[in-house]
Parts: sequence; structure tokens; C-alpha cells
Amino acid sequence: MSGEKSFRIDGREIPFTEDQTIMDAALAAGEYIPHLCHNPEFTPHGSCRVCVVRHKGRYISSCTQPAMAGMEIENSSEQINDYRKILLQMLFVEGNHVCPGCEKSGACQLQAVAYYVGMLSPRFTHFFPRRELDASHPDIVLDLNRCILCELCVRASRDVDGKNVFVVNGRGIQSHLVVNSPTGKLGDSELTLDDKAVQVCPVGAILSRHQGYEVPIGQRLYDQQPISLVGDVAAAENKEKEHG
Amino acid sequence: MVVISTENMDRFVAELTAGEGVRPDRLLQHLYKIQYRYSCIPDQAIRQLGDALGLAPVQIQAVIDFYSFLHHSPRGDFDILFSDSITDHMDGSRELMHQLCAKLGVRPGEPRPDGRVTVAATSCTGMCDQGPAMLVNGLALIRLDSERVDRVAALVEAGTPLDGWPSEWFMVEDNIRRSDILLERNIAPGDALRALLREGPERLLQQLDDSDLRGRGGAGFMTPLKWEFCRKVPSDIRYVVCNADEGEPGTFKDRVLLQSYADEVIEGMTLGAGIIGGRQGFIYLRGEYRYLLEELEAVLQRRREQGLLGRDILGQPGFDFDIEIHMGAGAYICGEESALLDSLEGRRGIARKRPPFPVTAGYLGKPTVVNNVETLVAAAKIAVLGSEWFRSRGTGDSTGTKLLSVSGDCRYPGIYEYPMGVQIREILEDCGAVDPQAVQVAGAAGKTLPAIEFERCIACEDAATGGSFMVFNRQRDMLDMVRNFSHFFVHESCGFCTPCRVGGSLLKDLVDKVHAGHATEYDLQEMRRIGMTMQNTSHCGLGQTAPNAVLDTLDKFPESYQARLKSTEFVPAFDLDGALSEARSITGRDDAGAHLEEEV
Repeated sequence: MSGEKSFRIDGREIPFTEDQTIMDAALAAGEYIPHLCHNPEFTPHGSCRVCVVRHKGRYISSCTQPAMAGMEIENSSEQINDYRKILLQMLFVEGNHVCPGCEKSGACQLQAVAYYVGMLSPRFTHFFPRRELDASHPDIVLDLNRCILCELCVRASRDVDGKNVFVVNGRGIQSHLVVNSPTGKLGDSELTLDDKAVQVCPVGAILSRHQGYEVPIGQRLYDQQPISLVGDVAAAENKEKEHG
Repeated sequence: MVVISTENMDRFVAELTAGEGVRPDRLLQHLYKIQYRYSCIPDQAIRQLGDALGLAPVQIQAVIDFYSFLHHSPRGDFDILFSDSITDHMDGSRELMHQLCAKLGVRPGEPRPDGRVTVAATSCTGMCDQGPAMLVNGLALIRLDSERVDRVAALVEAGTPLDGWPSEWFMVEDNIRRSDILLERNIAPGDALRALLREGPERLLQQLDDSDLRGRGGAGFMTPLKWEFCRKVPSDIRYVVCNADEGEPGTFKDRVLLQSYADEVIEGMTLGAGIIGGRQGFIYLRGEYRYLLEELEAVLQRRREQGLLGRDILGQPGFDFDIEIHMGAGAYICGEESALLDSLEGRRGIARKRPPFPVTAGYLGKPTVVNNVETLVAAAKIAVLGSEWFRSRGTGDSTGTKLLSVSGDCRYPGIYEYPMGVQIREILEDCGAVDPQAVQVAGAAGKTLPAIEFERCIACEDAATGGSFMVFNRQRDMLDMVRNFSHFFVHESCGFCTPCRVGGSLLKDLVDKVHAGHATEYDLQEMRRIGMTMQNTSHCGLGQTAPNAVLDTLDKFPESYQARLKSTEFVPAFDLDGALSEARSITGRDDAGAHLEEEV
């Protein structure tokens, strides 16, 4: 591999190719950088900010920053972990995340990353927003209480499914996901169970119906191993489907 | 439910979109015009626009809900918005708003059932030197006082159209108090373009480079370098954008330049186009400056007739450049150059990730330079008068002069042009500040400087500013400023990234908690943690600077906080009185007896 360009994360050498971001190269090299809004199948977004790393004293989101030869990246300092923990705590109080009552528990990336950064409590004052649960679709349920505005469903529906089923509306803390259908209800949208948009939600906001608790709590992806070893839940479920 | 006349609306919308083809990038401009004409954008117009632009109604609704000046439901015959800048507050705007509401029998933000009027507050309208100010149907009305507010109420009740209101209420003043080389009237329309044709783009770019001109918006990036980058990117088309979305609270110098130096601004844009090879330009004008639109259009038209804009400028074959004015619609974030580009493309204004930078992939993905109004004026003058002329003022790192918008507790608020490097103390003396305890430099996103820092200088290497300079005397409670700013940032956060969206809200709630006398030392530590997280991890400059005032004043005005702390122990966030709000709403009660007593 001589001549290959590389940079360092916490001192470890990471090779990269042209057009790779810090995140791309890190994941390819088996170096975990926590993330929520990033999914390698989609254009990087950079909104959750959980993947911030430090370069030359500045914090940058590794999913959007192109890798450059010779970079010295800090990924696992106490300060970075503290920022990540605060970002997680912000997401937990912004929505209504009740892990014990959530079908996604154990296979939820928000929960898994929270464990990874050592978050023990939500710390901040809960917003307790009133958000809608849309059960109008025969096969899919949309629970906005758990939405973290990663826009993966927006990107998947627009870029892969070509349906634009999901749109972010509002501004600031009022930002929220809306459904593109005549009634605003999921049941009247073009969304179908095999849509990519249904398979990318990192939390329990978009769930397939009729298959609750098929895998018992305790035997789920992140019940077995930490997210730093097994990666994203969407990718793991993809793989499972492919291999039956 | 307010009902408005939507007479001929289908024809109005059809005319807007006619002959353009399917242009979703025009959406925001169409919405602005419909709003301006009908005071809202009803379902019928949304459906019609959707069909014409190939957009789903919900996508259009998302754009409407993003911009403060666009509304789905009617505002009525008179849409009145009080400027909510801290300087307007200091001039009594809150009391005046409540006076008007009482006179008209309305509650803030709620349209009157007869469809006559809505009264609400809006972010700083850029009239801080002649406040308190308001917008009436998008037009700026200045120097409000109790008597003027009573007369406004009478005119609204009588249904008098705006052209029947006293015209002097709408005469926005320049208030130029000190001028230096930039505000001198010493170039004529076309001078910079003639210099360009005489010298050629390379030599002029060198001249600009020699001047060390930095962007005047506050970030201080080298302007000639930006132009050179853009010029070198291979592309069939390049754009020049004038960022006239002057939204930083306390800033109004671009308003004065656009009002009285429009030729110089447009000359700078045309010069930039000549140098980078741009064919199309945009002036992104903040909605609050709607009153300038007709005059700016007239200047553009005159310049076309003078051969200074359009095809073959100054008779030079192939030197083609024209400018279109795009209206902003009430979104501070659109002052951030990449959010501005999203807005120009008709979408919600969300800051883009970078790289790529606008110089390589800007408007519609093409190379674009985005420059501040003042920068463009400086560039035009340097082209004519030379780099030494510009370098005759300023410091080694910050050449030239800077326009400051001075407001707050001073006798002579207005525009002051100083050589870069001027001391805060000198400005305070010139503007007649009495017993100042602090200056807020660079607006809500800027720095709070207490008296011991008045020796500091306005310059890129010291106290950098886009131009906002707000003075606070010793009678002011600095926490009022902090509260105003933290509410402002919650209102203006685009909501894209976690730290700004959620952190900003948490910070605002904690500032309010301090203000209410419920906070403890623990809360102050939490404010620091949240603020630091926002500064370091936010996606764009808005979130990175939003906690500045909190963090600065925690350090520099600790007594403003300490005096209000409940105790040094922990107090839970749970608000017992707040928890009763649902019970109050069910029982329809909101009297004093339905509230728990406030302990302060």
C-alpha cells in the first residue's frame, strides 16, 4: 500500500482515498466515530454533530469534512466525549424518549450511542413536547415523539425512493417532520413497507407494524455488543435481510 | 377566523409564474409577493404554485413556516410588527406595543377577528438610531412615541390606507455623524468600470490585493482572494451576490449605504462581475428594508440606460451583467452566506456544509461570490482611487475604515465612519455616551465589553465587528440584554443542528430562570457547559456565536447573575406554577388567584 495517503486519529494511522471524508476513512479502517445522522449510503448531512472531532484546535464534523493527508485528528478525548454526551442529553430532553416502553430499545442508535459516551441521565430539563403518533398506515407507524431530525428518511425518500414522503417543516426548536400527503397522514402517502425511508430510521420514530418484539429484549443488536463494534442498526438489519 | 378577500388571486398567481417554465427556485419570491398583496398565502395559492413549480403543497408550506414574514393565515388589513431589538426595548417599545394592543383591542400575535389588524413583535428592524420602530405592512415606521401610537391606532380603526398616513413617519434618516474616506462623495457612476476596462481584471485584482481589503460583514476574509478563487474555478457561469440581509441586531449601516450610496454598491457588484466573469447578480435585500425596493430598482434601471448594466457594459462587447433584487422574508440565518444561497434558490435558509465553499459551488451549484454591502462600496472606490488611498487609514492587519452603527444609551446615535483601529473610548466620547457600563460590539452574536476594555480597538485583530455598536449605561441591567439576545437566537435558529436548536432553547430557559430569581449556582455552571458546547460543535456561525453574550456576561458581569440567585443549593427545574397551566386552561382562569405566588 505504498503511496497511499493517510492521516491519524488519536495517533493511529488511517489510510484514505480521494473523496473520502474523515468518517468514511475511519469506518473503513474500523475506527469508530459516534454518529446518528450519518449513514454511508447517503450524502453526509452534519446535523446531529455527535461525530465532532478536533483538528488543529477546532471542532469539525467528521462526516462532512474531507480527509486530508497528514491531519492529526482527536476523536476520543475527555472533552470531545463530554460534548457528545451533552449533545445526546439535548436530544433526549428535546423529544419524548422512553426507552423501557419503546419497541426499538436495544436496537436503537440513540440509546446505543448514549451508552457508548457514558450518558447516565438526561441531565437537562425535559421539554415534554406534544407530538403526534401517526398510526394511519396499515404497515408502518410514525411516532414523532422519538424523531431526532436526522433527516435520513427525508433523504432516503427523496434520493432513493423518489417519493418525497417526508419533509422538515418549521424553524428552530419548532422544526418537525411532516408527511407529504393530502391529509398529512402517513396512510394517505405513497410510503410502502419496502421503501428505503422505512429502513433507515436510527431511532424508533418509523417502525414496521405487525412484527413487534420478534427479537426479545436482551437479544437485540446492542444488547449483545456495543455500537462501536457492531455499527449502525440499519446496516446490520440490511445484512440480516440479505443473508436471510 | 379572519376572512380576507382573495379576489383575482388565481390570476395574480398565474401572472407571477407565467412564461417562466418550471422554476421552483422562484418559490420564495412568489410567496413574498403573494403575502405582500394578500396578507397571507392561503391553500388555494399554495396548490396553484405547487402545480406551476412542480412542488408538493407540504414543501411550500415548509418554506412559508420557515420565514417570519410569510403566513398561511391572514394578518388582516394592517400587519404591524414592533422591532424587538434591545435598543428598541430601552426606548420603550414594549410599553408602546401594549398601548397599541390595548387601544385596538388585540393580543400580541393574534389577528383581530374583524380582519383589520395584527400587532406583534419582530427581530431588530435596523432602525436602532431612530427607534422605537415598527413595520406596517412591511414598511418601516420610525420614532414611535405614545402620541404617535395613538394616532396609528386611530388610522387603523379608520381603515386609512398607508399613503394617507403622515409621510414623515416613513422618512428613514441616514444620521451620518462622522464620515471618512468611504463616505466621501468622490467617484461618479461608471468610474470603477472604466478603470476596469482601462487596466484589465488582473491589474485591478492586484490593486485590490494591495489594498488588503477584508470583508466588512465581520468575518474579515480577504475580498480579493475570494474573487480570485471564484475567477479561477472553471464554469460556464458565475454569480455575484450582494448580501444586504443586514440582520444583526443593532446594525443599520448597510441600510444607509443602500439608501444613499446605491450607485457605489452596484458599481462594486459590477466591478466584481467584470473581474470574476460573472453574468448575473443578486441583491438579497432583507424584508425589513422593503421600503428601499422601488428606489433600488430605479437606480438599476437608470444604470441600464446609462450603459453601466446589462449587455455590452460601457460599450465593451461581451461585458454583460445584470442584477435582480431578491427579497428576504424575516430570517436572520439568511445573512449567513450559504443559507442566503439556499434562500436565493427559493428554499428554507439552512447553512450549507463546507467545503464546498460558495466560490466553487454557490448559487445553483455554480461559482459565486457573496459580499457585504460595505465591502462592495470599498472595492468600487479602491478601483478608482487606488490601494494607497485605502491603506491611508487603518492598522497593519485591518486596512481602511469601518462604518459603525451606533445606538443605545448615547446622545447622537447614527452612522460613524472611523479608521480601523479606533478605540472604543473615542467612539463613546464622540457619540455622547453618558456613564456607559458596557458596549456590545458586533451585535447579539458579538462581544460584551465592560468599561475596563474600552481601550480596545475596532479591528479584525481585536474587537471585530460587522458594524453593530450598542451602548449600555450604568442604569441598565445587563441581564435584560442577555435575555433579549437569547430569545432572539431561539427565534432565529434554523433548527438544523442539535446544539443550536436544543442548546439555544435550554440556554434561553436558564436565562429566564435566573431572571425569575429561581436559579442557583448549579444553573450558571450548566449555562457555561451548554454555551461551550454550542460554540464548539454548532454547524454554522449562528449557533457558534449564539451563547457569546451569556458566556461573556457570566465572566464580566457576574453580579447581574449573582444578585438573582436563589441560594447556592440545587433547585429542581420543575415549575409548580407552570405545571398548573393546563388546569388553568381547562377552567378558563388566568387571574392572580389561579397562580402560585412568585417568590423572588
